[in-house]
Amino acid sequence: MGGIVDLADDIRSGRTSSEEAVTACMEHVDLHDRKLESFLSRDRTYAVKRARSIDEARARGDGLGLLAGVPLAVKDNLCTTFSRTTCGSKMLGRFESIYNAHVVQQLKSAGAVIVGKTNLDEFAMGSSTEHSAFAATRNPWNRLCVPGGSSGGSAAAVAARLVPGALGSDTGGSIRQPASFCGVVGLKPSYGRVSRYGLVAFASSLDQIGPITTDVRDAALLLQIIAGHDDRDSTSVNAAVPDYPAAIDRSLKGTRVGVAREYFGEGLNTEVADAVHAALDAMRRAGAVIVDIHLPHMKYAVACYYLIATAEASSNLARFDGVHYGHRTGSPADIVNLYAASRGEAFGAEVKRRIMLGTYALSAGYYEAYYLKALKVRTLIKRDFDAALQQVDVIASPVSPTTAFAIGERLEDPLAMYLADIYTISANLAGICAISVPCGFDSSGLPIGLQLMGPSFGEEKILAVAHQYQQLTDHHKRVPPDFE
Amino acid sequence: MASKKLDEQAVRHVAHLARLNVSEAEVRLFAEQLSTILDYVEQLGELDTDDVPPTAHPLPLSNVFREDAVTASRPVEEALSNAPEREGAFFKVPKVIDQDSA
Repeated sequence: MGGIVDLADDIRSGRTSSEEAVTACMEHVDLHDRKLESFLSRDRTYAVKRARSIDEARARGDGLGLLAGVPLAVKDNLCTTFSRTTCGSKMLGRFESIYNAHVVQQLKSAGAVIVGKTNLDEFAMGSSTEHSAFAATRNPWNRLCVPGGSSGGSAAAVAARLVPGALGSDTGGSIRQPASFCGVVGLKPSYGRVSRYGLVAFASSLDQIGPITTDVRDAALLLQIIAGHDDRDSTSVNAAVPDYPAAIDRSLKGTRVGVAREYFGEGLNTEVADAVHAALDAMRRAGAVIVDIHLPHMKYAVACYYLIATAEASSNLARFDGVHYGHRTGSPADIVNLYAASRGEAFGAEVKRRIMLGTYALSAGYYEAYYLKALKVRTLIKRDFDAALQQVDVIASPVSPTTAFAIGERLEDPLAMYLADIYTISANLAGICAISVPCGFDSSGLPIGLQLMGPSFGEEKILAVAHQYQQLTDHHKRVPPDFE
Repeated sequence: MASKKLDEQAVRHVAHLARLNVSEAEVRLFAEQLSTILDYVEQLGELDTDDVPPTAHPLPLSNVFREDAVTASRPVEEALSNAPEREGAFFKVPKVIDQDSA
């Protein structure tokens, strides 16, 4: 299956129909997804019916949206009135949303056909998609390896070309890290660029929704559709949405690309480092100017993040109480037992661990030492990025210190799992935008990702640099051998 | 920074605060794992942050107000459609106030 822009053109011009495209997509998923388990649910009847209605609209000569007839998938923490919305949790195993997330409405208004919901770490808490209560998604490049996470289902489905694009969510790297592990493009927009209405909240000051696609051109198009203000999320900023697809043509000549030594220190796999340096060389040859920058507080990002994110999560997940929706325990003795037993039965180990850590960090006697301290360190990290982005247009780094790790390898060691996000977390803390693009493969054939970070509401800059880089290389054109 | 290893008693206390039942096996596991994580976050103590304001949010947003206008709300049947237990137009829960806790 080709990319989103090309497929939309083919459908618009009548070279293919939406029904053909959607049917082919669903057959592909039926055939291959047993090997990957990237989808949690899919509704063929719904999808085909919707595809036909798009084809009929075209036949009538109605105006068609930018995504008319294109099959896409969304992460299963985005509310949809079709299919279930489980968040990969037993807590919401049978939950059927009564409304669509803003981004789902936007995709539908643009004519997209959402064919299914993709797997994730439970409530988006994890870096491997192994913490899903339903299945561990596998990496299409090597099925003994994780696809990354938490948007591992979306990244694996796009990498295996089961769908041309998908949405994910990113709280500390959950779009970029799986995109990197699976060899596809993942964009985390600036905080406030996309409405979070209908995204089941994990950490509200960090969460953003963004696209996962095979190339940057498609990511720019999806961002165009989902960006913008929405009254139902008061943190979505009322700022004009630029023409992202047009912005990507800007040349690399004279673009200042910042490189911080803090991203190339201890723990970074040498093959990953070499691939990122090769990408920087390619950009330099195309006219970019590489500038040394300094981000002195980078090393504190993981500690800062895991206090803030878990504190916010402990508060957000208080809503799962066995009363209004979700799992309820069998015969509760009293109301406190109803809450505690329902939650104890339905949450998985990682979600419990994070609720516990966050509750502790907010509890009497520890609030100042942990939570408030982390908020202050967040200020220092944000200042580092604000200062650096005065000097340069974008900052380049690896996405993750390693390529995809083996299934099971880090399950018993939460801290090792958290360190997979060491390079991605800062962008969420600072609220800036960042993108992951494929920049090579390691000696065992696993993809390596390059991260480009830009200023808040500076998506045009990172999209342009990423797209120009993709004109110089063909890493993003490679397809996992079993899925060609 | 005032951290100490989280013991099993503290884990039980935090689990109660979070209204989260945990098994004895989980208490032991979390005591160990959370202590490791708390040891790791100790490094924040290296930084002098006395004069640094906290950042709770990446955007300089203040309150966002809307017009106080009457709009349509969700039909009751829709709002109750995922309720684990209901009675009439209500979510049903065990009795909240009894003689002991009143």
